[in-house]
Amino acid sequence: MKKTRWMLLLAVLMLVSTVLAACGGGKEEGKKDAGKGASEQVLRLTNGDTIPTMDSALATDQYAFQFLGATMEGLYRLGEDGQLEEGIAVDHEVSEDGLTWTFKLREDARWSNGDPVTAHDFVFAWRRAVDPDTGSEYGPYMMGGVIKNATAVNKGEVPVEELGVRAEDDYTLVVELENPTPYFESLTTFGTFYPLNEDFVKEQGDKYATSTDTLLFNGPFKLENWKSTANEWQLVKNEDYWDKDAVKLEKITYVVMKDPQASADLYEKGEVDETRLTADLVDVYSTRDDFITIPTSSVFYLKLNQVRNGEETPLANENIRHAIMRAFDKEAAVNEIINDGSIPANGLIPKDFVQVPGTDKDFRETNGDLAVYDVEEAQKYWEKGLEELGTDKVTLEFLGDDSENAKVLNEYIANQLTSNLPGLEIKIRNVPFEQRLDADTKQDYDIQLAGWGPDYLDPYTFLSLWVTDGGNNKMGYSNPEYDKLLEDAQTTYVNDPEKRYEALLKAEKILFEDAAIAPIYQRSYAYLRDPKLKGVIANKFGPDYEYKWAYIEE
Amino acid sequence: MTRYLLQRLGYMLITLFIIATVSFFLMKMLPGSPLNEEKLTEEQLEIVLDKYGLNDPVPVQYVRYMGGLVRGDLGISFAFDNTPVTEILMDRIGPSVILGLQAIIIGTSLGIILGLIAAVFHNGFLDYTSTVIAVLGTSIPSFVFAGLLQYVFAVKLEWFPVALWGDPIHTVLPTIALAIGPMATAARFIRTEMIEVLNSNYITTARAKGLSQAAIVLKHGFRNAVIPLITVIGPLAVSLMTGSLVIEKIFAIPGIGEQFVSSVMVNDYPTIMGTTLLYAFGFVVIILIIDILYGIIDPRIRVAGGDR
Repeated sequence: MKKTRWMLLLAVLMLVSTVLAACGGGKEEGKKDAGKGASEQVLRLTNGDTIPTMDSALATDQYAFQFLGATMEGLYRLGEDGQLEEGIAVDHEVSEDGLTWTFKLREDARWSNGDPVTAHDFVFAWRRAVDPDTGSEYGPYMMGGVIKNATAVNKGEVPVEELGVRAEDDYTLVVELENPTPYFESLTTFGTFYPLNEDFVKEQGDKYATSTDTLLFNGPFKLENWKSTANEWQLVKNEDYWDKDAVKLEKITYVVMKDPQASADLYEKGEVDETRLTADLVDVYSTRDDFITIPTSSVFYLKLNQVRNGEETPLANENIRHAIMRAFDKEAAVNEIINDGSIPANGLIPKDFVQVPGTDKDFRETNGDLAVYDVEEAQKYWEKGLEELGTDKVTLEFLGDDSENAKVLNEYIANQLTSNLPGLEIKIRNVPFEQRLDADTKQDYDIQLAGWGPDYLDPYTFLSLWVTDGGNNKMGYSNPEYDKLLEDAQTTYVNDPEKRYEALLKAEKILFEDAAIAPIYQRSYAYLRDPKLKGVIANKFGPDYEYKWAYIEE
Repeated sequence: MTRYLLQRLGYMLITLFIIATVSFFLMKMLPGSPLNEEKLTEEQLEIVLDKYGLNDPVPVQYVRYMGGLVRGDLGISFAFDNTPVTEILMDRIGPSVILGLQAIIIGTSLGIILGLIAAVFHNGFLDYTSTVIAVLGTSIPSFVFAGLLQYVFAVKLEWFPVALWGDPIHTVLPTIALAIGPMATAARFIRTEMIEVLNSNYITTARAKGLSQAAIVLKHGFRNAVIPLITVIGPLAVSLMTGSLVIEKIFAIPGIGEQFVSSVMVNDYPTIMGTTLLYAFGFVVIILIIDILYGIIDPRIRVAGGDR
């Protein structure tokens, strides 16, 4: 009997104390929060997830590259409109044959521990990125076929010292390329090509880049209070940065917010200065002054698989592919479903990505609309295709993933296709993102909704996807003429930009004459952003945003 | 008692071993691979697979994992490069346990009170009111309730922070959102049991002896009614303390529930195993505690199983 009383008493006490503790602690905090506004040069942001790693060789996701970009600096830096700004390099010379690049480095660049940033730091970092022991994903991908011996080193055929990069002296970096690479300059802004302080990295061993204490920075900001599982961290201005006078923001604070509605609520309460809006939230906020959309260079399309399990699919028929490419309304898809400022894509190379040399016209504008929505045309192709296949019924599997908007978009496109193309049946298979990639690798699908973001500023980053047996082709597309044009662009015309772009423009046209893929949209992001925040640059590739020149208007 | 405890500890280890084995092989059957990346070259994929030992036959991987487990080594996460799984678990479990404990204490306390009121005023207005509350509590999905709490008390009234973690005040709304489930469960159990108990003979005897209503309800009735409740609250407590995906996402809490789901999505094998085992461990411990509690609440249930 006594025990019961004790237990009840205990329960009540615990209840009361919890409630009291919760309320008591809260009042002061509430006041503190309410007084906080957007103050001088402190920016408060949310992040969609944690940063899994800050190791430039192991980085693969958008957040890793975002924060590497803010805290590090390579040979060059991306500025407004994809223009290159000075970084650790002040200048460079390219040899006649385009194979040897000599970079002159600045002598006033420092690591956050005071060490000078030298050419040796680049040599160490690049060797590390292709060293098979490092296990880097982007290293071999970005450097293979570009820097001399990168692929051979990665396969273990030659020692890592054979990689085509050396320090002539502390401030002269000489890079030998495997092939002339017109876009090599823009590659040097990318995370995989950042320098690393050899002594520090070796001292940290496996722990390198797993927390603030195991990192060194040479960029505009330093990362504070971070470790790989951290939910809150800050970027603070790096006083050792060579160009610190250009950096106006003193601090950027980050909290992880995965729920877009909760994030928008935080913004509404003035606790953060920006929030990204998903499709369902856009309608609520789109009429406000602080609503903005930021175009990206990512393009989404349907991959049409011609060979599955060693057998030809109905999509091996060109007319069937032409029909599918034209049979869904992209305008409605971006306005009604994606709803975040994204625009319909009628080609592969995104709008405002690169200009055609010798003209001041955008690549997209020059080639125009190559794949447009047109039901009548689609049905003509469809009938022809069915006739050639000798059937009146085609069943296709539509592979999609569970990323934002994807499920609704998959349903929508499948519905458009089946209602516009009589006799077509579509089975939708929605799987998690990783499993979609798995099915893609195994080429185990008929139609797949996929997307691609560029890795450097050149149409080749998109067009090289579809060369015969390319690592990301995985849909059995092969056209010798297309392959030849791309090869020419990388060899014969490599030092003749105008001819080279002619080849690339022609290649894109062929891709759609063959109806190899069916483009859907070019992605934008919708945000609510405090109008006082100025000077944020949305990059065309690499880190999503550049805050080096950003500031808060007083 | 000591012998009983030792015996139980032995069973616990066996249970954990079986759980680890089954989850290991189930996990290996998950479609996809932790290294499915668009930009990984085939040569490099092989190198990385070797590095993580994923090229070995599954039984070899199993033996290696269990070997590490015995030494308390849960491995290195695939998703967070070079971060040990134990570190991830340690970082993430705190907020989940705090929220879970608060929710279970508040939820069951309120539920018991509601249930008692309902039973004592059986078929009266208060009974119906508390039943309605309990039914609403069970049937409203937690994400709706959490969203509602967030909107009303954080966005509109501004009494509490919208989200995030740090000060005790941050725990208020998520605790309430989590507590609603155990509250409803407790209320329904206590009501049903109490109604049955209050109609039994010994209660009539107690009344005949002239005991006060309060004494009858609390001393004689409640103690008997609470036993089935403890059986369900235990597992509920474990699942609350190991985190709720939905609540953690809505309130941006760095807890373990969200971590578990995201590691399953990216096939981060070591983290999946780590979280599963943590959950299993919590579960067997709670079951042991409950069994001991039975004896304390009701001495008729003997833990020692008699002396042989």
